[in-house]
Amino acid sequence: MKKIFMGALVACVPLITPIYAAEEGGTINVVVQPEPPSLMIGMYSNATTQQVGGNIFEGLMRYDQDLNPHPLLATSWESSDDGKTWTFHLKEGVTWHDGQPFTSADVVFSIDKLLRETNARLRTSLAHVESIEATDDYTVVFQLKESFGPFIRLFEVGTTPMLPKHIYEGTDYKTNPANHHPIGTGPFKFAEWQKGSYIHLEKNENYHVQGLPHLDDVYWHVIPDAASRAVAFETGKIDVLPGGSVENFDVPRLTELDNTCVTTDGWEFFSPHAWLWLNNRQGPTADVRFRQAVMYAMDREFAKDVLWNGYGKVANSPVGSKTKFYDADLPAYEYNPDKAKQLLKAMGYNGEPVRILPMPYGETWQRWTEVIKQNLEEVGINAKIESTDVAGWNQKVSDWDYDISFTYLYQYGDPALGVARNYISSNIAKGSPWNNAEGYSNAEIDQWFDAAATAFPDEKRQELYSKIQNKLVEDVPVAWLMELEFPTIYNCKVQNLIDSGIGINDAFGTAWIKQ
Amino acid sequence: MSIQTLMYIGGRLIKGAIVLLVIAVFNFFLIRAAPGDPAKVMAGEAGATDELFLQQLREQFGLDQPLYYQLWVYISNLVQFDMGITYRQQMPVFDLIMDRMPATLLLTGAAFLLSLLIGVLAGVVAAQKHKQWADSFITVAALIFYATPLFWLAMMAALFFSVYLNWLPSFGMETVGANLTGFDRFIDIMTHLILPAATLGLFFTAVYARMTRASMIETTRMDFVKTAIAKGMTPNRVTYRHVLRNALLPVVTLAGLQAGQLIGGAVLTETVFAWPGIGRLMFEALFQRDYNLLLGVFFISSAMVVLFNLITDVIYCVVDPRIELSK
Repeated sequence: MKKIFMGALVACVPLITPIYAAEEGGTINVVVQPEPPSLMIGMYSNATTQQVGGNIFEGLMRYDQDLNPHPLLATSWESSDDGKTWTFHLKEGVTWHDGQPFTSADVVFSIDKLLRETNARLRTSLAHVESIEATDDYTVVFQLKESFGPFIRLFEVGTTPMLPKHIYEGTDYKTNPANHHPIGTGPFKFAEWQKGSYIHLEKNENYHVQGLPHLDDVYWHVIPDAASRAVAFETGKIDVLPGGSVENFDVPRLTELDNTCVTTDGWEFFSPHAWLWLNNRQGPTADVRFRQAVMYAMDREFAKDVLWNGYGKVANSPVGSKTKFYDADLPAYEYNPDKAKQLLKAMGYNGEPVRILPMPYGETWQRWTEVIKQNLEEVGINAKIESTDVAGWNQKVSDWDYDISFTYLYQYGDPALGVARNYISSNIAKGSPWNNAEGYSNAEIDQWFDAAATAFPDEKRQELYSKIQNKLVEDVPVAWLMELEFPTIYNCKVQNLIDSGIGINDAFGTAWIKQ
Repeated sequence: MSIQTLMYIGGRLIKGAIVLLVIAVFNFFLIRAAPGDPAKVMAGEAGATDELFLQQLREQFGLDQPLYYQLWVYISNLVQFDMGITYRQQMPVFDLIMDRMPATLLLTGAAFLLSLLIGVLAGVVAAQKHKQWADSFITVAALIFYATPLFWLAMMAALFFSVYLNWLPSFGMETVGANLTGFDRFIDIMTHLILPAATLGLFFTAVYARMTRASMIETTRMDFVKTAIAKGMTPNRVTYRHVLRNALLPVVTLAGLQAGQLIGGAVLTETVFAWPGIGRLMFEALFQRDYNLLLGVFFISSAMVVLFNLITDVIYCVVDPRIELSK
């Protein structure tokens, strides 16, 4: 017996069916910040590479805002009863932007060869895959070593974009000239990149979904100064400010402008989770009572209301509330300075200074650091701010040269993909600011995370992830701050701007402009 | 030009080349003293990374080699005018810089000419109308522009002329997607140029105005000016032929300084107005630890400074023939 998953009845229906008939044509002007190093989404996973590249390239599936998979380059898929064999049926008649047909050979090449070499995050997941084979031109079979729960959420365009085998096979991927002129299957084709000014994408007339895209041109404007981006939107030259592209203190002013819409949709798949790294190896932060005191000392509701304009949610778990297997019944750390003081007294904290490293990503993070510093000082912690730039921040966190440091990371819909990496002890290694940089090591947690990734079915996974969350909340390996929501601000004439769980990172394939 | 002058210029050029080489070596070590390296920055931006990924990047960039070897490779390439490949864009550094050069030269050149012209003129007027209301007006205005931070002025100009009046575009070098050609394109670029060039030029306009005024007033008190007036020369002829020419020397010195900044001196203006120039390229390269690109921009900037110092010295003797060029 095989289970058959069919996303929508007709493969080409967008996730959210528009109420109005879409109008054809028009141009959309979007801010891109910072300027991406490349649009080659298979080798660069920078946020803006994904934003722009998500229009040019496609994954096998798309994910709606509840993280359910829908067909894109794969029309249907099925798994064996034990969850170990997955068969994907590809869409026929899809062509690359250079006219070559898209087939199962491209899928096998992209995942098994190119991405396995270039994408560190996917490589970790591929460790669960025994073999990837094309059984005919439009069928690909994945043989897993064991059941791997998050497998179905691996095929988002940013993680597993489909790349053209006929262009990359046998070449040096990193220096292939096609990196400067990317060829994908997406609704928009690469047209021109004026470095420092703009990136121009144009309509793919041969797009494999009938009637899409509606827009003729997409321009991504490089405007390096946050205040200038706000001004550019005010003058009407910019239609869309993707989440995070203006400073938070400009958000209320911009959203009050005429004809301006705002949405926090389109971050569900990533669920950006902000926390403070607490160095578990040395200093006061090595003591669990100190770490708990930090949780009680922080007035996170204040930071949310004042610094984030009320957008987002205070985080009480290592797992985001929109991510699968979130446990809603966890004990919460409320704002309680007295409790924090008691804990500090119990551990005999002697006023040893702790350094706080802000994230060098703009004014909001700077101010947030000041808020936290003040919170900590109020309970008697001797906190010092130590500022640096992006390279310095990377260096300090990945070399464990910090006491407390801000960060935020994506969750990718499943704890096995975006949460485990920050808490399992096999992921303690210098050289990356995104692994288990706090140095928390707990054999029980390791074992539970291991088991949860491959447990089957989902009820068993939930049981394990609930245990994990309860234990981590007690141990406070890091101090969770907020589930961030970055409001996307746009001109209301743009319709259907966000129609999936990855928001702006997905193509503007179904977007259109109301005249 | 005399043989002696040519010899002098030749000698200065050789010295300049040595200076440039020393600067390049110095920069090479200076940049590497900053924390982090390009592989770490790129890996950090990628949001996921492991040792293998970092290793791949370092090998690709040649950063796994010993430092002295990297220096040797860099300098030996540099003397053959090869500045290497940028780590991020994977493009030749020289091409990328040349790609951005016209935009920067247009902006800084316009600001340079504008500030020199208006500044000197305002200074002359102020000196002529010494202690009258025109003098006070110019002095106060110059002081204000001299003291105002550039980025604030830029933001205010954008708010007023772009958002409030909607007269001028607030960002970019031309209207994207308009596909203008010929004269229309020229006008379009000029409209985009006004705000950034004016903002960038204001500071030096103020400096030139104050400098010219002070220098003129001082020169006016000199004996040879009294002689010229006593000879019965017209006041205008005295001002422009005797006073101004003698008063210009400090202005030339300053202009030489400003000209040396033609390449890298517009970082703030380029950032605020999203002008696609070299200043921004350099600024971004700094944060990304893109060593090759940064060293490339530094090299060209320092070459400009050396060159304009020489030009300034030559101009000295044109303005004031009493000065002689010699080794």
